[in-house]
Amino acid sequence: MTAIASIRAPLVRTSHGRIDIDSLSINFGNHQAIADFSLHVEPGEFVCLLGPSGCGKSTVLNGIAGFVTPNSGSILVDDETVTKPGPDRGMVFQQHSLLPWKTVLENVALGPRMRGVSKAEARLVAREYLDLVGLGAWASHYPAALSGGMAQRVGIARALVNHPKILLMDEPFGALDAQTRIIMQENLLKLWGLTGNTVLFVTHDIDEALFLADRVIVISAAPGQVLLDLKNDLPRPRPQDIFAHPSFADYKRECLRLIRQESGKAFDFANGTGI
Amino acid sequence: MMLRLPSMSWRKSDVRGWSLGVVSLTVFVLAWHLATTYHLNFHIRFVNVPTPGAVFLRAVKAAGDHRFIAHIWMSLERILLGFTLAAAVAVPLGLTMGRFATLRAVVFPVVEVLRPIPAIAWVPMSIMLWPSNEESIIFITFLGSFFPILINTLHGVAAIDPAVVRAARSLGAGEMDLFHQVYLPGSLPHIFTGLTVGMGVAWVSLIAAEMISGQFGIGYFTWEAYALVQYADIVLGMLLIGGLGLLSSAVIRLLGRTVMPWSRPISSRPGCFK
Repeated sequence: MTAIASIRAPLVRTSHGRIDIDSLSINFGNHQAIADFSLHVEPGEFVCLLGPSGCGKSTVLNGIAGFVTPNSGSILVDDETVTKPGPDRGMVFQQHSLLPWKTVLENVALGPRMRGVSKAEARLVAREYLDLVGLGAWASHYPAALSGGMAQRVGIARALVNHPKILLMDEPFGALDAQTRIIMQENLLKLWGLTGNTVLFVTHDIDEALFLADRVIVISAAPGQVLLDLKNDLPRPRPQDIFAHPSFADYKRECLRLIRQESGKAFDFANGTGI
Repeated sequence: MMLRLPSMSWRKSDVRGWSLGVVSLTVFVLAWHLATTYHLNFHIRFVNVPTPGAVFLRAVKAAGDHRFIAHIWMSLERILLGFTLAAAVAVPLGLTMGRFATLRAVVFPVVEVLRPIPAIAWVPMSIMLWPSNEESIIFITFLGSFFPILINTLHGVAAIDPAVVRAARSLGAGEMDLFHQVYLPGSLPHIFTGLTVGMGVAWVSLIAAEMISGQFGIGYFTWEAYALVQYADIVLGMLLIGGLGLLSSAVIRLLGRTVMPWSRPISSRPGCFK
């Protein structure tokens, strides 16, 4: 993987918004995924949602993206209620979800095209963002030719090209191998340094959350509620050996304790409940 | 990792495939020749079956006969009309049915009842329904290809990754954008399967309709040859139907490859190998 462009590309813009979630509840039939969940994210903040699988952290993300409607409570982005999906909230999925029938460049140009930008101009900005994630040379290939990590980079470029206020990332590196994951994390932080988006990043990997985030929100087993709102004061830019920082171990211990407790609830074999 | 494969050159497997094809056809024609020349008779009777040579001579003569050429044109015209109409109705209908569950629930039961009825069983009804013979033949051809195309389009929509739909929506795609950018291209591989199958059934239906209710057309020619005891013409008609069917399938496959460049096997695309 080549390095992210170190100079600021001319078309890259800073854009960020705030998120206000108040007493949010989301049910799927009889299953209560999220109950009385509140979260406030400042513009430009990098927040990780951390929790056991099935805790509803992706549901929060899908709520902000506009894919699911709250049963009660509210989701506001820059004081406007979320009603439907839109490019102001860029989404990066766990599976890359690129359109297989469009070339890499066409995939990135899709958002601008939908907004009515001319084909030539859309391709120009798309090219810019592809270069930003180091994949300019792959513009004319179809997604099937890309590795998992490359496809995810295209997915990130495809979201960023719309200058989203908020970048929603649903375990984007979960399906990648460990080495690729580390490189992706480092490059995501470099990109974030350029674009300055508000980022909401869902993960179940504590190291990943602590490496990336300003704040780590630990969520309980379903129905999801905030167990811990951890302010992560590890210095930025974060070196690769940030894991050796003394605070890192403290943070990790605290998160781990809570996650263990919650995973224990979700997998309570003795009482015959849970998964 | 890149590996360039020579794209237009002959590979060993191609040569092998082609030579086996030639051998297979040669053996077939030779067996036909022997069976007919020596009037083989072991329950199946080859007594009246014309030899390959006789059929060939008849074909050469027919190629210069404008009435024979008119039969071929007639059938091609009917196929083109019936098949194109079927595709033009079935593909949009399948896409909308795939997208909207309510429409699917309303239309699907009717489709399931009508679908198993073979086109040939539609002949009497078709003659009653349509004012002219020509229209009823085209209608039967239409029906034959309609259902395979519709069902495969429906499967195509169902096979689209929901994550891709969500991705497009989060990029700002409206309902029309979704159809153009996601549902149509995403179902194209299945649609082309439907078109290929539909083209096959269209020929089956057309020939049946031409034999029963037709004037002109290659099916009528073949049936008329039997009535007039022109044995060589029967075989000529059969071979022609086979050849035209093969040709129309090839055209659809070619069309499919042209409109779906992403579905080509990875090794034949420029500059990539995974």
